[in-house]
Amino acid sequence: MISDPFAATEHNRVASGLSRRHRTGKIWQAIFFSATVIGLVALVALLWTVLDKSFSYVAIEYKVDPATLSSKPLQELTNAELVNLLEANLSKNRFRTLDRKQTLTERTHADLLTLIYDNIVEPRALASYSMSQWIASSQEIRAEVAEKYPDAKLEFRAWINGDFLIDPLSGDPLLVGVRTALMGSLFLILITIAVAFPVGVGSAIYLEEYADKNKWYNRIIQTNIDNLAGVPSIVYGILGLAIFVRTLAPLTSGALFGNADANGRTILSAGLTMALLILPVLIINSQEAIRAVPNSLRQASYGLGATKWQTIWNHVLPQALPGILTGTILAVSRAIGETAPLIIVGAATFITSDPTGPFSKFTALPIQIYNWTTRPQEVYRNIAAAGILVLLISLLTLNAAAILLRNRFSRQHA
Amino acid sequence: MASMEITQNINQSSAQNISTRLRRQTRIGENLIQGFLFLCGMISIFTTIGIVFELGKESLLFFSTPEVKLIEFFTTTTWQPSIGKFGVLPLVNSTLMTTIFAMLIALPLGLAAAIYLSEYASHKARSILKPILEILAGIPTVVYGYFALTFMTPLLRGIFGEDNVQIYNTLSAGLVMGIMILPLVSSMSEDALSAVPRSLRDAAYGLGATRLETAIKIVLPAALSGIIAAFIIGISRAIGETMIVAVAAGSGPAFTFNPFKGAETMTGYIARISGGDLAYDTPDYNSIFAIGLLLFGITLILNIVSRRLVAKYREVYE
Repeated sequence: MISDPFAATEHNRVASGLSRRHRTGKIWQAIFFSATVIGLVALVALLWTVLDKSFSYVAIEYKVDPATLSSKPLQELTNAELVNLLEANLSKNRFRTLDRKQTLTERTHADLLTLIYDNIVEPRALASYSMSQWIASSQEIRAEVAEKYPDAKLEFRAWINGDFLIDPLSGDPLLVGVRTALMGSLFLILITIAVAFPVGVGSAIYLEEYADKNKWYNRIIQTNIDNLAGVPSIVYGILGLAIFVRTLAPLTSGALFGNADANGRTILSAGLTMALLILPVLIINSQEAIRAVPNSLRQASYGLGATKWQTIWNHVLPQALPGILTGTILAVSRAIGETAPLIIVGAATFITSDPTGPFSKFTALPIQIYNWTTRPQEVYRNIAAAGILVLLISLLTLNAAAILLRNRFSRQHA
Repeated sequence: MASMEITQNINQSSAQNISTRLRRQTRIGENLIQGFLFLCGMISIFTTIGIVFELGKESLLFFSTPEVKLIEFFTTTTWQPSIGKFGVLPLVNSTLMTTIFAMLIALPLGLAAAIYLSEYASHKARSILKPILEILAGIPTVVYGYFALTFMTPLLRGIFGEDNVQIYNTLSAGLVMGIMILPLVSSMSEDALSAVPRSLRDAAYGLGATRLETAIKIVLPAALSGIIAAFIIGISRAIGETMIVAVAAGSGPAFTFNPFKGAETMTGYIARISGGDLAYDTPDYNSIFAIGLLLFGITLILNIVSRRLVAKYREVYE
């Protein structure tokens, strides 16, 4: 055999080219992979920031140190002892005014504690250091606090706690809670669901079961819904301001129902705006669920003599319901976190009373998070972080429910 | 015998009777229901009409006030309603800047993540990485705003120096917006990549192409319209995003190209102005409608273009 030198070099060339190509392939695979992982890194960084800020060391200055007030911690004192404390530490006039508002001996334990804190202890948060700052440089922080605020005490504080959930909003960052905002969000979502769910499912049924796709007006409805899904939420806010808050003010303020305070910036306006906002997504999700119902089911129902609506109501809807509910939950969880439209429609930033009905003024959780975030003091960052945790946990719960529902649904059909 | 035939006859005729009666019967209930459902469908049409009508009407009022001139609105670079200067360019400029920064993050990373998930990832890796991206997509934007202000801005100030980077700046807002949009771009691009038929990949492998060459030279071009659609939707989302820029990009319009300086975007302006108790029929009030109309127009065009592109690749492969 005569060796062919040409073929050998050709082979070498291809081989070396091949290994080079494979090397490039490996490098790019690593690049693609790290791009995906950056998403994970961002998520971790975000959660870390929020968690880090929800726990902090706060420099608190007391007018009267609670430790000097009594030998036991204040929480363990009985009601009578607390009243005695108030009497001993307040001027007579002040004590009498408080007693006249509501008899002190009849007040609850928590109420009395709040009174003592507000009137005697009067804590003020001067500075706040997040967990990571504290771990990195606790000595420097101690020195700084001792120098800048000689009267202050450094205390560890978990900003997300039971009191934070049940206390109303307050101007005092140490006493603030999210109950008012949570109740506002809850009312808002109930109105949103009450409006958006029937209308959304109705639209989806019409488009999937009744509409003749060749008719121009049905095509317009479908295209229109798809386009509305991409409209920025702030535009819905402007629409809500113009229509619900202003034009329909007599209705949304409750003036027609004998509500004297005629201002359209109510929970009802906000709920209706939110309903319009989530409607396109809700319709599209419900359409998919209805489309997934096998056609044989409809044919069988018609074959047994059922009318169109009987078929839809008794066979199509029950089959599509889990899918529709999943889609609704996902759409609603978008509404819970949505902030921009609420700002435009005019949610109040500071309000301490819970909403009482659709015509109340209100605030909502994301609005408060926004409000706290934009405050310059560091303590409000901590409060905002705690608020974000509450928001994220509620969203997580909702989404988990949606996933469970979806899994149960797919197992039934497997 | 005879009696049986008679009953049969009767049965036949009554059956015929019933069927003709059923056919003729107008079902009022059914028609009412259909009418109601049609109305439900029409609500979305009313929404669009409402948006166009209200934004248009108030914008007309805005442009008919003597201080505002349409040409100056689009060409001058000062936005100060209090002294009667209405040039929208500073707002548009900072919207463009935050959008560009967001896209610098979201487009390359989103596309790379999509290629990884659709071409490389094992089933197990996908089942871990995809939900993480979905969680990222579900986080409310106000939380991203907080993240920009308390994480990204200090990070940037640490890197570039506190003297150079203001507390509120467009770069920080834009970068975080990019993280927010990343999952949207990656999931839409992945859909487009997965829609490319297997046979194309197999053919490329058969000709000796490596995995990378198949992905870049065969699958990517085939899915291009879908990927561009994802990019366009991403841009539209960035332009309309409000809370991140309202928190982190600064309040107060400024015509600047410096990414380390604060500058208010169109959406940020709308949010700030309407945050207080806004009096009706003032130039301030009307101006948010004019800017809203501009925003609506831009995003609508982008969305329509994107949907056309998606329809195109669906037509080819499905």
